Amino acid sequence: MANSGITFNPDRFKKDQWKFHAFLITLTLFMGSPLIFVFNHAFKPYSELFAYPPKFFVRRPTLENFLRLATFSRESGIPISRYIFNSVITTGAVVVLTVIIGSLAAYALSKLEFKGKETLNKINVFSLMFVPVAVAIPRFLVLINIGIYNTYWAHIIPLLAMPVGIFLIKQFMDTNVPKELIEAAKIDGAGNWRIYWSIALPLVMPAIVTVSILAFQFSWSNIEGSSMFVDIEALRTLPFYMSTVISQQGNIVVTAGVGAASTLIMIVPNLIIFVFMQNKVMASMATSGIK
Amino acid sequence: MYEKGWKKHLQSPYLFIAPYALLFVLIIATPVLVAMVLSFTSFNTIETPVFIGLKNYVDIFTGDTVFLQHAVSNTILFSVIVGPIGYMMAFFLAWMLAQVPHRARTIYAVIIYSPSITGAIMMANVWRIIFSGDEAGYINYILINWFGADSPVQFLQDADYLFPIMIIVSLWGSMGLGFLAMLAGILNIDRSLYEAAAIDGMKNRWQEIFYITIPSIKPQMLFSAVMSIIGTFNAAGLAQALAGGGVPPQYAGWLIVDHANDFGFTRFEMGYASAVTVILLIIVLLFNKIAYRLFGERG
Repeated sequence: MANSGITFNPDRFKKDQWKFHAFLITLTLFMGSPLIFVFNHAFKPYSELFAYPPKFFVRRPTLENFLRLATFSRESGIPISRYIFNSVITTGAVVVLTVIIGSLAAYALSKLEFKGKETLNKINVFSLMFVPVAVAIPRFLVLINIGIYNTYWAHIIPLLAMPVGIFLIKQFMDTNVPKELIEAAKIDGAGNWRIYWSIALPLVMPAIVTVSILAFQFSWSNIEGSSMFVDIEALRTLPFYMSTVISQQGNIVVTAGVGAASTLIMIVPNLIIFVFMQNKVMASMATSGIK
Repeated sequence: MYEKGWKKHLQSPYLFIAPYALLFVLIIATPVLVAMVLSFTSFNTIETPVFIGLKNYVDIFTGDTVFLQHAVSNTILFSVIVGPIGYMMAFFLAWMLAQVPHRARTIYAVIIYSPSITGAIMMANVWRIIFSGDEAGYINYILINWFGADSPVQFLQDADYLFPIMIIVSLWGSMGLGFLAMLAGILNIDRSLYEAAAIDGMKNRWQEIFYITIPSIKPQMLFSAVMSIIGTFNAAGLAQALAGGGVPPQYAGWLIVDHANDFGFTRFEMGYASAVTVILLIIVLLFNKIAYRLFGERG
């Protein structure tokens, strides 16, 4: 066999890879260092936050910054647990509803025959390029008019229309759910719901996992809902609470300590989920192309 | 197959689509339409909108110096730099990662991907301490003590530095879904293509990239391009967050989205803000058109 000069997905380390490793190690050190800094900074006590010369690594880790976040008393007197509760409830709802609504639509767009299917598929690919921040203002007007301003739904509904979610599930279903299987089930008398639930859904789990991760990411760190669509303090979420605590510290050094702690709270769940699920995400991304 | 009446309706494909279609109309289509309609009105959120024709657009293009001199040029410059550079970075990283063994690749990929999870605004407080303008700022400390700089640089209060820092910070966090798509795409290319090409005498890696790798992952390239375009428009508010709130010095890094939000939520001139929004949506559309031209199958 002729040597193609390139080996994708090699089994083990070979000498000719050293250039790649050298580059990638340098780059990952560079890209990873702000995150390592966040991890260290979040646990620094006051003396180290103010230290000169500034220290990159923490010497005597403490939970001071986290406590400051948790015990910051505001005029409203609402405890941090309330914000955590709100965040968990709304994020849970966003993940579950996004997956249900998205997979139902993706099933129809991928496997069912109906009038207008082509058009709907085109519309969905077109709406991939939709930029939500651009329409924050008209969205605000819509939410007020349908009566969900100042409810939990104000955190949930704006995140549910996720074109990329439907797109990823549909693409994965196109390649990984064979037509023959569905035909066979139909002959056995299964209806659309039955086929969706017992055949299509189990086969597209990697895409479902990927979409859940994305929905979690969008919702867990979403500040827009609390800052624009809700003005009752007790309905606001954790990232919003943390951002107000940070903005009221008044000192840039203390701000950075508390800021690092809150950044950590926002990214650690995402990181852990991604690390454990990255195989599924990669499987799903393999079918993500736009044709 | 022989269902009758309501039972047949229960199996209708439209029932599967309905929940999403409803949300799509509510959260995506209607806001876009509302923006278009309001852009022809004067609306302060309290009184009924008054139709004023093209006045908002005329004002934007003739009298709004902040929009013309800062928002438009910043937005275009920012997306033209962050978009293509981030995109090429994503491709070459994916290409390199595909050529190292699985375990090492996973570690690298997780580290490269994770900044995209952090969210630019969330990290702003941390960047502010790293780029802090006094001697205790990490970058300034390094410049003064390692490279003999005379005095600390006001990175985040100086318009000349703020914009480049915003670009670096955005690039750092831009290796997201698009990057993963390209990596997955490259890993799934049929290896026999490369072997066949090698037999035909293709030795050069550049040739392989342009004649095999890129054509094989064109659909992922397009998906990734769309993702990176969206990503660049999500930097709304980044300049303010880095500068510490308010309008950034000399409107450095002030984007069209910031301009729209400023008019909408600070001054409550919803009609004018909507016109700005419509212009932004048209720009997004143009960028996507270019991406489809470059990577789409039907040209």
